[in-house]
Amino acid sequence: MNTVPVDYYVILSAVLFTIGAMGVLIRRNPLIIFMSIELMLNAANLVFVAYASVFQSFSGQIFVFFVIAVAAAEVAVGLALIVQIFKAKKNINVDELNSLKG
Amino acid sequence: MNSDLIVFIVLAIVSIATAMGMVFSRNAVYSALFLVLNFVTVAVFYLLLGAPFIAMSQITVYGGAIMVLFLFVIMLLGAESLAPSKALPWQRPLAFTLALVLVVESVYLIVSRAQPNLGITAPDASLNTMDSLRQMAMELFSKYLLPFEVTSILLLVAMVGAIVLTKQEKNGRES
Repeated sequence: MNTVPVDYYVILSAVLFTIGAMGVLIRRNPLIIFMSIELMLNAANLVFVAYASVFQSFSGQIFVFFVIAVAAAEVAVGLALIVQIFKAKKNINVDELNSLKG
Repeated sequence: MNSDLIVFIVLAIVSIATAMGMVFSRNAVYSALFLVLNFVTVAVFYLLLGAPFIAMSQITVYGGAIMVLFLFVIMLLGAESLAPSKALPWQRPLAFTLALVLVVESVYLIVSRAQPNLGITAPDASLNTMDSLRQMAMELFSKYLLPFEVTSILLLVAMVGAIVLTKQEKNGRES
């Protein structure tokens, strides 16, 4: 019987989520912070698909599909913002970005 | 030890290693490439779980579109490596400690509430065919039709927003 307990997937997802959260905390480059957020979204998606597979339902997979679409929209707007901040300040280190004024 | 478990463990090691590599590389381009590898391993997990459509979307949307956008912006801004900043020197050890606490807590909660009868059997062949894709499409376009349409509007708004944000201002039009 080829079986992987669903808990293994949940634990893997928890570890990936934690690595992403740690990346948000320790990195100063906003692009890497963005990538860490993508990693956290992926960890959540993995649990959705794992439980969709356990319960033989398509709802989880459809939700993951929506999450992927929302992530794509988020990345487009976020990267546009980063490019604009770089044009205004010539620097994107998050430590230096402490004012809303351009 | 069954074959699915071996595949899972090998992929899990690759996936965690690439995630760590993404967080700790000095060069942002290496981080992006590690993240592409991580997305591909997650796509293989989706195939193992019997979700071929999601696996292909993962590779095309994440591995293709989103990461190309990331690499493009990294190279456009020349942000491969920023000068290390000396602000908040205590932040890194504190972040490690908090991350360790988070992972221990979540793994403890998952293990202590584990239900042993929930196992994922290898998806039978019927799940990886056009038939399951057709079933999923029927559900997407009947039960989830409204969220689907809202997603299309969201993508349109994001596209317009990105264009408006990066548009060059003409000299006389700044108010």
